[in-house]
Amino acid sequence: MGGFDFDVIQRSLPYLFYEGMAFTLQLTLIATLGGVALGTVLALMRLSGQGALAGFANAYTTLFRSLPLVLVIFWCYFLLPYIGAWLTGADRPIKVGAFNSTVITFTLFEAAFFAEIMRAGIQSIPRGQAAAGYALGLTYSQVMGRIVLPQAFRNMLPVLLTQTIVLFQDTSLVYVISLTDFLGAASKIAQRDGRLVEMYVFAALVYFVISFALSQLVRTLQARFAVKR
Amino acid sequence: MPMIEIKDVSKAYGAFQVLRHCTTSVDKGEVVVVCGPSGSGKSTLIKTVNGLEPFQTGNIIVDGVSLADKATDLPKLRARVGMVFQNFELFPHLSIVDNLCLAQQKVLGRDRPAAEAKAHALLARVGLPEQADKFPGQLSGGQQQRVAIARALAMDPIAMLFDEPTSALDPEMVSEVLDVMVALAKEGMTMMVVTHEMGFARKVADRVIFMDKGEIVEDAKKADFFGNTRNPRAQAFLSKILQH
Repeated sequence: MGGFDFDVIQRSLPYLFYEGMAFTLQLTLIATLGGVALGTVLALMRLSGQGALAGFANAYTTLFRSLPLVLVIFWCYFLLPYIGAWLTGADRPIKVGAFNSTVITFTLFEAAFFAEIMRAGIQSIPRGQAAAGYALGLTYSQVMGRIVLPQAFRNMLPVLLTQTIVLFQDTSLVYVISLTDFLGAASKIAQRDGRLVEMYVFAALVYFVISFALSQLVRTLQARFAVKR
Repeated sequence: MPMIEIKDVSKAYGAFQVLRHCTTSVDKGEVVVVCGPSGSGKSTLIKTVNGLEPFQTGNIIVDGVSLADKATDLPKLRARVGMVFQNFELFPHLSIVDNLCLAQQKVLGRDRPAAEAKAHALLARVGLPEQADKFPGQLSGGQQQRVAIARALAMDPIAMLFDEPTSALDPEMVSEVLDVMVALAKEGMTMMVVTHEMGFARKVADRVIFMDKGEIVEDAKKADFFGNTRNPRAQAFLSKILQH
Protein backbone atom coordinates (compact mmCIF):
# COMPACT_ATOMS: atom_id res chain seq x y z
CA MET A 1 0.00 0.00 0.00
CA GLY A 2 1.89 2.93 -1.48
CA GLY A 3 2.18 5.80 0.97
CA PHE A 4 1.23 3.93 4.13
CA ASP A 5 3.87 2.80 6.58
CA PHE A 6 2.47 0.34 9.04
CA ASP A 7 5.89 -0.48 10.42
CA VAL A 8 5.69 2.62 12.53
CA ILE A 9 2.94 1.01 14.53
CA GLN A 10 4.89 -2.12 15.20
CA ARG A 11 7.96 -0.15 16.18
CA SER A 12 6.02 1.95 18.66
CA LEU A 13 3.87 -0.81 20.18
CA PRO A 14 5.84 -1.07 23.45
CA TYR A 15 5.63 2.69 23.99
CA LEU A 16 1.95 2.84 23.02
CA PHE A 17 0.88 0.05 25.35
CA TYR A 18 3.36 0.05 28.23
CA GLU A 19 3.26 3.81 28.59
CA GLY A 20 0.05 5.00 27.00
CA MET A 21 -2.45 2.19 27.49
CA ALA A 22 -1.10 1.36 30.95
CA PHE A 23 -1.91 4.90 32.03
CA THR A 24 -5.33 4.86 30.36
CA LEU A 25 -6.34 1.59 32.02
CA GLN A 26 -4.93 2.61 35.39
CA LEU A 27 -6.88 5.87 35.35
CA THR A 28 -10.05 4.13 34.15
CA LEU A 29 -9.83 1.49 36.87
CA ILE A 30 -9.07 3.83 39.77
CA ALA A 31 -11.68 6.39 38.71
CA THR A 32 -14.31 3.66 38.26
CA LEU A 33 -13.70 2.08 41.66
CA GLY A 34 -13.36 5.44 43.41
CA GLY A 35 -16.27 6.92 41.50
CA VAL A 36 -18.61 4.01 42.26
CA ALA A 37 -17.66 4.07 45.95
CA LEU A 38 -18.08 7.83 46.28
CA GLY A 39 -21.14 7.79 44.02
CA THR A 40 -22.81 5.16 46.21
CA VAL A 41 -22.20 7.27 49.30
CA LEU A 42 -23.65 10.30 47.48
CA ALA A 43 -26.68 8.28 46.39
CA LEU A 44 -27.28 7.11 49.97
CA MET A 45 -26.96 10.71 51.18
CA ARG A 46 -29.39 11.86 48.52
CA LEU A 47 -31.94 9.24 49.58
CA SER A 48 -31.31 9.59 53.31
CA GLY A 49 -34.19 12.01 53.83
CA GLN A 50 -31.82 14.18 55.91
CA GLY A 51 -32.11 17.70 54.51
CA ALA A 52 -28.47 18.76 54.76
CA LEU A 53 -26.99 15.49 53.46
CA ALA A 54 -29.47 15.22 50.61
CA GLY A 55 -28.95 18.87 49.72
CA PHE A 56 -25.17 18.47 49.59
CA ALA A 57 -25.38 15.35 47.42
CA ASN A 58 -27.88 17.02 45.14
CA ALA A 59 -25.71 20.14 44.75
CA TYR A 60 -22.63 18.00 44.13
CA THR A 61 -24.14 15.92 41.35
CA THR A 62 -25.83 18.91 39.75
CA LEU A 63 -22.58 20.89 39.77
CA PHE A 64 -20.36 18.23 38.22
CA ARG A 65 -22.96 17.17 35.68
CA SER A 66 -23.22 20.76 34.50
CA LEU A 67 -19.50 21.30 33.83
CA PRO A 68 -17.43 20.09 30.87
CA LEU A 69 -14.88 17.49 31.98
CA VAL A 70 -12.01 19.38 30.29
CA LEU A 71 -12.78 22.42 32.38
CA VAL A 72 -12.79 20.37 35.58
CA ILE A 73 -9.46 18.77 34.65
CA PHE A 74 -7.88 22.20 34.18
CA TRP A 75 -9.51 23.60 37.22
CA CYS A 76 -8.35 20.84 39.55
CA TYR A 77 -4.87 20.82 38.07
CA PHE A 78 -4.35 24.48 38.86
CA LEU A 79 -6.37 24.76 42.06
CA LEU A 80 -5.75 21.48 43.93
CA PRO A 81 -2.28 22.61 45.12
CA TYR A 82 -3.87 25.71 46.67
CA ILE A 83 -6.82 23.81 48.13
CA GLY A 84 -4.38 21.27 49.54
CA ALA A 85 -2.33 24.05 51.10
CA TRP A 86 -5.45 25.57 52.62
CA LEU A 87 -6.59 22.21 54.02
CA THR A 88 -3.22 21.32 55.51
CA GLY A 89 -2.41 24.84 56.61
CA ALA A 90 0.80 24.89 54.59
CA ASP A 91 2.09 28.32 53.61
CA ARG A 92 2.81 27.43 50.01
CA PRO A 93 0.89 25.41 47.39
CA ILE A 94 1.42 21.70 47.96
CA LYS A 95 2.78 19.46 45.25
CA VAL A 96 -0.04 17.32 43.83
CA GLY A 97 1.35 16.33 40.47
CA ALA A 98 -0.46 15.87 37.18
CA PHE A 99 -1.22 12.17 37.72
CA ASN A 100 -2.68 12.55 41.21
CA SER A 101 -4.60 15.60 40.13
CA THR A 102 -6.09 13.64 37.23
CA VAL A 103 -7.03 10.68 39.39
CA ILE A 104 -8.76 12.98 41.87
CA THR A 105 -10.53 14.88 39.09
CA PHE A 106 -11.85 11.82 37.33
CA THR A 107 -12.95 10.18 40.58
CA LEU A 108 -14.81 13.28 41.75
CA PHE A 109 -16.32 13.87 38.32
CA GLU A 110 -17.39 10.30 37.65
CA ALA A 111 -18.83 10.01 41.17
CA ALA A 112 -21.54 12.46 40.14
CA PHE A 113 -22.60 10.18 37.29
CA PHE A 114 -22.25 6.95 39.26
CA ALA A 115 -24.31 8.57 42.05
CA GLU A 116 -27.25 9.05 39.72
CA ILE A 117 -26.94 5.46 38.47
CA MET A 118 -26.78 4.08 42.01
CA ARG A 119 -29.69 6.26 43.08
CA ALA A 120 -31.81 4.76 40.31
CA GLY A 121 -30.55 1.31 41.31
CA ILE A 122 -31.44 1.76 44.97
CA GLN A 123 -34.86 3.13 44.07
CA SER A 124 -35.50 0.12 41.83
CA ILE A 125 -35.46 -2.17 44.89
CA PRO A 126 -38.98 -2.50 46.37
CA ARG A 127 -39.31 -0.73 49.73
CA GLY A 128 -40.55 -3.96 51.25
CA GLN A 129 -37.05 -5.42 50.92
CA ALA A 130 -35.62 -2.84 53.32
CA ALA A 131 -38.66 -3.22 55.58
CA ALA A 132 -38.10 -6.99 55.72
CA GLY A 133 -34.47 -6.37 56.69
CA TYR A 134 -35.40 -3.93 59.44
CA ALA A 135 -38.12 -6.30 60.67
CA LEU A 136 -35.41 -8.92 61.25
CA GLY A 137 -33.52 -6.48 63.46
CA LEU A 138 -30.87 -5.47 60.95
CA THR A 139 -29.47 -1.93 61.22
CA TYR A 140 -29.48 0.68 58.42
CA SER A 141 -25.95 -0.15 57.33
CA GLN A 142 -26.67 -3.90 57.37
CA VAL A 143 -29.87 -3.43 55.39
CA MET A 144 -28.04 -1.32 52.81
CA GLY A 145 -24.88 -3.41 52.73
CA ARG A 146 -26.48 -6.85 52.70
CA ILE A 147 -29.85 -6.39 51.05
CA VAL A 148 -30.38 -3.18 49.09
CA LEU A 149 -26.96 -2.39 47.59
CA PRO A 150 -26.11 -5.92 46.40
CA GLN A 151 -29.39 -5.99 44.48
CA ALA A 152 -28.95 -2.42 43.24
CA PHE A 153 -25.44 -3.21 41.95
CA ARG A 154 -26.68 -6.25 40.08
CA ASN A 155 -29.56 -4.39 38.52
CA MET A 156 -27.33 -1.49 37.55
CA LEU A 157 -24.25 -3.44 36.45
CA PRO A 158 -24.89 -2.91 32.73
CA VAL A 159 -25.34 0.85 33.19
CA LEU A 160 -22.29 1.08 35.47
CA LEU A 161 -20.16 -0.68 32.87
CA THR A 162 -21.52 1.48 30.08
CA GLN A 163 -20.50 4.53 32.09
CA THR A 164 -17.06 2.95 32.54
CA ILE A 165 -16.73 2.62 28.76
CA VAL A 166 -17.52 6.32 28.41
CA LEU A 167 -14.94 7.03 31.12
CA PHE A 168 -12.36 4.87 29.30
CA GLN A 169 -12.78 7.06 26.23
CA ASP A 170 -12.87 10.30 28.21
CA THR A 171 -9.47 9.62 29.76
CA SER A 172 -7.96 10.85 26.49
CA LEU A 173 -8.83 14.37 27.66
CA VAL A 174 -5.76 14.33 29.92
CA TYR A 175 -3.77 15.64 26.96
CA VAL A 176 -4.82 19.12 28.08
CA ILE A 177 -2.46 18.89 31.04
CA SER A 178 0.25 17.15 29.02
CA LEU A 179 -0.17 13.66 30.44
CA THR A 180 0.46 10.84 28.03
CA ASP A 181 -2.39 8.38 27.76
CA PHE A 182 -2.85 5.94 24.90
CA LEU A 183 -4.15 8.54 22.46
CA GLY A 184 -1.49 11.00 23.58
CA ALA A 185 1.22 8.41 22.98
CA ALA A 186 -0.14 7.64 19.51
CA SER A 187 -0.33 11.34 18.81
CA LYS A 188 3.28 11.93 19.81
CA ILE A 189 4.55 9.17 17.48
CA ALA A 190 2.31 10.45 14.73
CA GLN A 191 3.77 13.94 14.97
CA ARG A 192 7.34 12.79 15.41
CA ASP A 193 7.33 10.43 12.42
CA GLY A 194 4.83 12.33 10.34
CA ARG A 195 2.54 9.27 10.23
CA LEU A 196 -0.73 10.87 11.29
CA VAL A 197 -3.10 8.66 9.30
CA GLU A 198 -1.56 5.35 10.34
CA MET A 199 -1.35 6.22 14.05
CA TYR A 200 -4.80 7.73 14.35
CA VAL A 201 -6.41 4.86 12.45
CA PHE A 202 -4.64 2.42 14.73
CA ALA A 203 -5.65 4.35 17.85
CA ALA A 204 -9.26 4.42 16.72
CA LEU A 205 -9.15 0.70 16.08
CA VAL A 206 -7.77 -0.06 19.53
CA TYR A 207 -10.39 2.13 21.26
CA PHE A 208 -13.11 0.48 19.20
CA VAL A 209 -11.98 -3.08 19.93
CA ILE A 210 -11.70 -2.50 23.67
CA SER A 211 -15.00 -0.60 23.94
CA PHE A 212 -16.78 -3.14 21.79
CA ALA A 213 -15.42 -6.05 23.82
CA LEU A 214 -16.54 -4.33 27.03
CA SER A 215 -20.03 -3.71 25.73
CA GLN A 216 -20.30 -7.37 24.71
CA LEU A 217 -19.23 -8.23 28.24
CA VAL A 218 -22.02 -5.98 29.51
CA ARG A 219 -24.55 -8.07 27.60
CA THR A 220 -23.22 -11.32 28.96
CA LEU A 221 -23.15 -10.04 32.53
CA GLN A 222 -26.63 -8.61 32.17
CA ALA A 223 -28.01 -12.05 31.47
CA ARG A 224 -25.97 -13.74 34.18
CA PHE A 225 -26.38 -11.30 37.06
CA ALA A 226 -29.95 -10.12 36.74
CA VAL A 227 -31.70 -10.81 40.05
CA LYS A 228 -34.53 -13.21 39.41
CA ARG A 229 -37.67 -12.48 41.37
CA MET B 1 -49.04 -8.09 81.68
CA PRO B 2 -49.95 -8.18 77.97
CA MET B 3 -47.23 -9.02 75.45
CA ILE B 4 -48.28 -6.19 73.13
CA GLU B 5 -50.08 -3.13 74.43
CA ILE B 6 -51.36 -0.49 72.02
CA LYS B 7 -52.46 2.64 73.88
CA ASP B 8 -54.38 5.43 72.20
CA VAL B 9 -52.22 5.39 69.05
CA SER B 10 -52.90 7.97 66.35
CA LYS B 11 -51.11 8.65 63.09
CA ALA B 12 -51.70 11.06 60.22
CA TYR B 13 -50.12 11.61 56.84
CA GLY B 14 -50.64 15.35 56.55
CA ALA B 15 -54.37 15.90 56.79
CA PHE B 16 -55.19 12.20 56.29
CA GLN B 17 -55.81 10.41 59.55
CA VAL B 18 -54.60 6.80 59.19
CA LEU B 19 -55.03 5.71 62.79
CA ARG B 20 -57.44 7.23 65.30
CA HIS B 21 -56.95 6.56 69.00
CA CYS B 22 -56.35 2.84 68.62
CA THR B 23 -56.23 0.93 71.89
CA THR B 24 -55.96 -2.82 72.29
CA SER B 25 -53.63 -5.48 73.60
CA VAL B 26 -52.45 -8.99 72.88
CA ASP B 27 -51.66 -11.38 75.73
CA LYS B 28 -48.93 -13.96 75.70
CA GLY B 29 -50.05 -16.92 73.63
CA GLU B 30 -53.08 -15.08 72.28
CA VAL B 31 -53.99 -15.02 68.59
CA VAL B 32 -55.66 -11.80 67.47
CA VAL B 33 -57.03 -11.37 63.97
CA VAL B 34 -57.31 -7.82 62.60
CA CYS B 35 -59.74 -7.33 59.73
CA GLY B 36 -61.50 -4.51 57.98
CA PRO B 37 -61.99 -2.95 54.56
CA SER B 38 -58.93 -1.84 52.58
CA GLY B 39 -57.64 1.52 53.69
CA SER B 40 -58.95 0.97 57.21
CA GLY B 41 -55.45 1.23 58.69
CA LYS B 42 -55.04 -2.39 59.75
CA SER B 43 -51.68 -2.87 57.97
CA THR B 44 -50.46 0.44 59.33
CA LEU B 45 -51.48 -0.58 62.84
CA ILE B 46 -49.62 -3.88 62.72
CA LYS B 47 -46.52 -2.16 61.34
CA THR B 48 -46.47 0.29 64.23
CA VAL B 49 -46.03 -2.64 66.61
CA ASN B 50 -42.43 -3.25 65.51
CA GLY B 51 -41.69 0.36 64.68
CA LEU B 52 -41.76 0.01 60.91
CA GLU B 53 -44.43 2.72 60.88
CA PRO B 54 -43.88 5.62 63.25
CA PHE B 55 -46.90 7.05 65.05
CA GLN B 56 -47.45 10.52 66.40
CA THR B 57 -49.37 10.14 69.62
CA GLY B 58 -50.04 7.37 72.09
CA ASN B 59 -47.70 4.52 72.94
CA ILE B 60 -47.04 0.89 72.16
CA ILE B 61 -45.39 -1.38 74.68
CA VAL B 62 -43.98 -4.70 73.53
CA ASP B 63 -42.84 -7.02 76.30
CA GLY B 64 -42.24 -4.01 78.53
CA VAL B 65 -40.37 -1.98 75.90
CA SER B 66 -41.90 1.38 74.99
CA LEU B 67 -41.84 2.32 71.31
CA ALA B 68 -42.66 5.98 71.98
CA ASP B 69 -39.42 6.23 73.96
CA LYS B 70 -36.81 7.73 71.64
CA ALA B 71 -34.07 5.84 73.48
CA THR B 72 -35.55 2.45 72.56
CA ASP B 73 -33.18 0.30 70.52
CA LEU B 74 -35.53 -0.47 67.61
CA PRO B 75 -33.34 -3.08 65.84
CA LYS B 76 -33.07 -4.97 69.12
CA LEU B 77 -36.84 -4.92 69.61
CA ARG B 78 -37.54 -5.90 66.00
CA ALA B 79 -35.19 -8.86 66.28
CA ARG B 80 -37.59 -10.26 68.91
CA VAL B 81 -40.82 -9.68 66.96
CA GLY B 82 -41.24 -11.71 63.78
CA MET B 83 -43.01 -10.18 60.80
CA VAL B 84 -44.45 -11.76 57.66
CA PHE B 85 -45.31 -9.53 54.71
CA GLN B 86 -47.96 -9.66 52.04
CA ASN B 87 -45.35 -9.90 49.28
CA PHE B 88 -43.08 -12.37 51.14
CA GLU B 89 -40.05 -10.08 50.74
CA LEU B 90 -37.52 -12.87 50.64
CA PHE B 91 -34.13 -11.54 49.56
CA PRO B 92 -33.93 -12.63 45.91
CA HIS B 93 -30.12 -12.45 45.69
CA LEU B 94 -29.67 -14.90 48.56
CA SER B 95 -30.35 -18.63 48.65
CA ILE B 96 -33.15 -19.87 50.90
CA VAL B 97 -30.72 -20.98 53.59
CA ASP B 98 -28.89 -17.62 53.42
CA ASN B 99 -32.23 -15.85 53.75
CA LEU B 100 -32.74 -17.74 57.00
CA CYS B 101 -29.17 -17.34 58.25
CA LEU B 102 -28.46 -13.64 57.53
CA ALA B 103 -30.14 -12.08 60.57
CA GLN B 104 -29.32 -15.04 62.83
CA GLN B 105 -25.64 -14.39 62.20
CA LYS B 106 -25.65 -10.59 61.90
CA VAL B 107 -28.16 -9.77 64.62
CA LEU B 108 -28.08 -12.69 67.06
CA GLY B 109 -24.41 -13.45 66.49
CA ARG B 110 -24.95 -17.16 65.95
CA ASP B 111 -22.14 -18.96 64.17
CA ARG B 112 -22.78 -20.39 60.72
CA PRO B 113 -23.25 -24.06 61.72
CA ALA B 114 -25.76 -23.14 64.42
CA ALA B 115 -27.65 -20.81 62.09
CA GLU B 116 -27.74 -23.43 59.35
CA ALA B 117 -28.95 -26.13 61.72
CA LYS B 118 -31.75 -23.83 62.86
CA ALA B 119 -32.57 -22.96 59.24
CA HIS B 120 -32.81 -26.60 58.16
CA ALA B 121 -34.95 -27.51 61.15
CA LEU B 122 -37.38 -24.67 60.41
CA LEU B 123 -37.52 -25.44 56.70
CA ALA B 124 -38.48 -28.99 57.61
CA ARG B 125 -41.12 -27.63 59.96
CA VAL B 126 -42.77 -25.54 57.23
CA GLY B 127 -42.62 -28.53 54.90
CA LEU B 128 -39.75 -27.42 52.66
CA PRO B 129 -36.75 -29.49 53.71
CA GLU B 130 -35.42 -29.89 50.17
CA GLN B 131 -35.39 -26.24 49.12
CA ALA B 132 -32.50 -24.84 51.18
CA ASP B 133 -30.10 -24.28 48.31
CA LYS B 134 -32.60 -22.85 45.84
CA PHE B 135 -33.24 -19.16 45.28
CA PRO B 136 -36.55 -17.46 46.09
CA GLY B 137 -37.35 -16.96 42.39
CA GLN B 138 -37.41 -20.73 41.93
CA LEU B 139 -40.17 -21.24 44.50
CA SER B 140 -43.93 -20.84 44.21
CA GLY B 141 -45.65 -18.05 46.11
CA GLY B 142 -46.93 -20.41 48.79
CA GLN B 143 -43.47 -21.88 49.26
CA GLN B 144 -41.91 -18.41 49.44
CA GLN B 145 -44.34 -17.34 52.11
CA ARG B 146 -43.61 -20.46 54.15
CA VAL B 147 -39.90 -19.68 53.87
CA ALA B 148 -40.66 -16.13 55.03
CA ILE B 149 -42.41 -17.55 58.10
CA ALA B 150 -39.43 -19.81 58.76
CA ARG B 151 -37.09 -16.82 58.38
CA ALA B 152 -39.02 -14.91 61.04
CA LEU B 153 -39.13 -17.95 63.34
CA ALA B 154 -35.36 -18.38 63.05
CA MET B 155 -34.99 -15.36 65.32
CA ASP B 156 -36.90 -17.14 68.14
CA PRO B 157 -39.48 -14.35 68.28
CA ILE B 158 -41.63 -13.63 71.32
CA ALA B 159 -44.52 -12.72 68.99
CA MET B 160 -45.34 -12.88 65.29
CA LEU B 161 -46.99 -10.22 63.16
CA PHE B 162 -48.64 -11.22 59.88
CA ASP B 163 -49.58 -8.52 57.37
CA GLU B 164 -52.09 -10.07 54.94
CA PRO B 165 -49.90 -13.17 54.51
CA THR B 166 -52.18 -14.83 51.97
CA SER B 167 -53.45 -11.86 49.95
CA ALA B 168 -50.81 -12.12 47.23
CA LEU B 169 -51.18 -15.87 46.81
CA ASP B 170 -52.97 -17.89 44.18
CA PRO B 171 -56.05 -19.50 45.79
CA GLU B 172 -54.64 -23.03 45.68
CA MET B 173 -51.64 -21.94 47.76
CA VAL B 174 -53.52 -20.21 50.54
CA SER B 175 -54.13 -23.32 52.60
CA GLU B 176 -50.49 -24.46 52.72
CA VAL B 177 -49.59 -21.13 54.32
CA LEU B 178 -52.60 -21.11 56.65
CA ASP B 179 -51.77 -24.66 57.79
CA VAL B 180 -48.34 -23.47 58.95
CA MET B 181 -49.94 -20.52 60.75
CA VAL B 182 -52.56 -22.72 62.42
CA ALA B 183 -49.85 -25.06 63.66
CA LEU B 184 -47.93 -22.09 65.01
CA ALA B 185 -51.01 -20.77 66.80
CA LYS B 186 -51.67 -24.15 68.36
CA GLU B 187 -48.12 -24.27 69.69
CA GLY B 188 -48.93 -21.16 71.68
CA MET B 189 -47.20 -18.46 69.61
CA THR B 190 -48.43 -14.94 70.33
CA MET B 191 -49.81 -13.74 67.00
CA MET B 192 -51.33 -10.62 65.52
CA VAL B 193 -52.70 -11.38 62.07
CA VAL B 194 -54.11 -8.97 59.52
CA THR B 195 -56.20 -11.16 57.22
CA HIS B 196 -59.50 -11.60 55.49
CA GLU B 197 -59.34 -15.36 55.97
CA MET B 198 -62.31 -15.72 58.29
CA GLY B 199 -61.90 -19.50 58.26
CA PHE B 200 -58.51 -19.01 59.89
CA ALA B 201 -60.01 -16.59 62.41
CA ARG B 202 -62.77 -19.07 63.27
CA LYS B 203 -60.28 -21.88 63.71
CA VAL B 204 -57.55 -20.33 65.86
CA ALA B 205 -58.26 -16.72 66.78
CA ASP B 206 -58.92 -15.82 70.39
CA ARG B 207 -60.10 -12.33 69.51
CA VAL B 208 -61.07 -10.44 66.39
CA ILE B 209 -60.46 -6.72 65.91
CA PHE B 210 -62.45 -4.92 63.25
CA MET B 211 -61.08 -1.63 61.91
CA ASP B 212 -62.67 1.02 59.75
CA LYS B 213 -61.34 4.45 58.75
CA GLY B 214 -58.37 4.16 61.12
CA GLU B 215 -60.50 3.28 64.11
CA ILE B 216 -60.85 0.05 66.07
CA VAL B 217 -64.63 -0.22 65.98
CA GLU B 218 -64.93 -3.74 67.34
CA ASP B 219 -62.61 -5.72 69.59
CA ALA B 220 -64.34 -8.90 70.69
CA LYS B 221 -63.87 -12.52 71.62
CA LYS B 222 -64.12 -14.70 68.53
CA ALA B 223 -67.47 -16.20 69.51
CA ASP B 224 -68.97 -12.78 70.15
CA PHE B 225 -67.60 -11.34 66.92
CA PHE B 226 -68.95 -14.07 64.67
CA GLY B 227 -72.02 -14.74 66.78
CA ASN B 228 -73.54 -11.40 67.44
CA THR B 229 -71.47 -8.37 66.59
CA ARG B 230 -73.52 -5.30 67.38
CA ASN B 231 -71.50 -2.95 65.25
CA PRO B 232 -73.32 -2.14 61.99
CA ARG B 233 -70.09 -1.53 60.03
CA ALA B 234 -68.62 -4.83 61.17
CA GLN B 235 -71.89 -6.56 60.31
CA ALA B 236 -71.88 -5.08 56.83
CA PHE B 237 -68.25 -6.11 56.32
CA LEU B 238 -68.85 -9.64 57.55
CA SER B 239 -71.93 -10.13 55.40
CA LYS B 240 -69.94 -9.02 52.36
CA ILE B 241 -66.96 -11.29 52.82
CA LEU B 242 -68.94 -14.27 54.10
CA GLN B 243 -71.48 -14.11 51.27
CA HIS B 244 -69.71 -16.62 49.06
